[in-house]
Amino acid sequence: MKVLVAVKRVIDYNVKIRVKADKTGVETANVKMSMNPFDEIAVEEAIRLKEAGVVTEIVAVSMGPQGCQETIRTSLAMGADRGIHVLTDQPLEPLAVAKLFKAIIAKEAPQLVILGKQAIDDDCNQTGQMLAALLGWGQATFASKLKLDADKASVTREVDGGLETIEVKLPAILTTDLRLNEPRYASLPNIMKAKKKVIDATTPETLGVDIAPHLVTLEVNEPAKRQGGKKLGSVEELVDKLMHEAQVI
Amino acid sequence: MTSLVIAEHDNQSLKGSTAHVVTAATAIGGDMVVLVAGASCRAVADEAAKLTGVTKVLLIDAPTLEHPSAEDLTALVLGIAKDYSHVLAPATTYGKNFLPRVAALLDVAQISDISAVISPDTFERPIYAGNAIARVQSKDSIKIITVRGTAFPSAKAGGNAPIETASAPAASNLSHFVGAELARSERPELTAARIIVSGGRGMQSGDNFKLLESLADKLGAAVGASRAAVDSGFVPNDYQVGQTGKIVAPELYIAVGISGAIQHLAGMKDSKVIVAINKDEEAPIFQIADYGLVGDLFQIVPALDAEFAKKLANR
Repeated sequence: MKVLVAVKRVIDYNVKIRVKADKTGVETANVKMSMNPFDEIAVEEAIRLKEAGVVTEIVAVSMGPQGCQETIRTSLAMGADRGIHVLTDQPLEPLAVAKLFKAIIAKEAPQLVILGKQAIDDDCNQTGQMLAALLGWGQATFASKLKLDADKASVTREVDGGLETIEVKLPAILTTDLRLNEPRYASLPNIMKAKKKVIDATTPETLGVDIAPHLVTLEVNEPAKRQGGKKLGSVEELVDKLMHEAQVI
Repeated sequence: MTSLVIAEHDNQSLKGSTAHVVTAATAIGGDMVVLVAGASCRAVADEAAKLTGVTKVLLIDAPTLEHPSAEDLTALVLGIAKDYSHVLAPATTYGKNFLPRVAALLDVAQISDISAVISPDTFERPIYAGNAIARVQSKDSIKIITVRGTAFPSAKAGGNAPIETASAPAASNLSHFVGAELARSERPELTAARIIVSGGRGMQSGDNFKLLESLADKLGAAVGASRAAVDSGFVPNDYQVGQTGKIVAPELYIAVGISGAIQHLAGMKDSKVIVAINKDEEAPIFQIADYGLVGDLFQIVPALDAEFAKKLANR
């Protein structure tokens, strides 16, 4: 079985982001970039399926500027077999990403596509669901456990009140939640080996996909700052403040 | 201009999230239809009809919709979406699961997790875990929107909208519900609680969460946790507050043994009053807390519990 995984290049989750002074967006120049953490979980899940003998080939796909090659290379070092890079300097909305994926899937014909449930930059949580809809496939989002059979997957999902289990026919879309697995670090020998793996490059034009945005970002602002308050001396003082000053009890 | 609000419910009662979405739809303006799709869920439609601002309730009641799949719910909404200028659902795991499918099949963008309505085509939404707020304008003819519940107050009961019924499209069988393990608790739900007592890595074990539960029960509060506490296996994931868990904004948030990682703050920094209890006086949580107590939580929490017991008994 062939699996496609989505790997998005985002500002590293440890970086404290800065809003640009002209309010057009967030500063990305000279900022550390990494693979979206939920996509690392997607790559790891695909590798575990391959190690278990269920999956035969893992193709990692990234979309965006030249730097995405690094992100693909990271997934190859973790254990993906080859990469596809859709090169564009235009910002991509989730719908455009889903359409580009659909075009790639038409050629690659995977049985399973694994994506992170959301990217930690735009926090959209859309691409997997949109892709499933465009393909007419079933989906299992927010997965915390996956059991794969030849023609179906049994997936435990993280929902607001607890856990839910569904069965979905293959081919299908899976999006990952945090507890699905703990991604591995790439070993040095594997990083070296990954340099020889192939990354095919393509473009939205070659794939025949219109990536024109549907939304205009008018401005990006910093959120209202919260002022730290005071440190209190005793439990009695705290209870008194909560009852009489803040009046929340 | 008419908005369609997709109600979240469990076939018996309306989830609190829906009343927040109704307020967002009221802010957009125009008429508002609430769609209740489920099985034997007439009571839910009755509840929705009473929310202030609702013009009409559309009830689609069919046995196949007891646990509708994302695929089937999408087909159902697509069947009627063209009559509306806006389609809104809560930004909960329910709304997030199916609404992007609707957007994709209408070939329009989804505007996720809005925190403010500026005009019928312009909205604000948090990005980068709430560390920036983007103001976006939609060029699409139908706006597909998920709503951050904590950013909009609940619509109150007081209306009396008519209820119309319609039939459900055939089920697709692409996926189906097998089972659920939902947490049963006497305490309020995290996203609806007026007070939350939350524990972090500093709690050291799941057993120690009993200290927080006792305190929570005195205050009628929900119990939450940081991702660190969940990752350490102290409590299940549905306790998690943060960028990757639940977004909450209670009247009072008591953070115990939580250092205040960015990803946790993203989930609770809109709380009205924040109390931090931590032994590390440099912990970032103190920078946003209204009241802080520095010290050993294993002494402070029982003392706080006793003090509340004393003070609340006098009321």
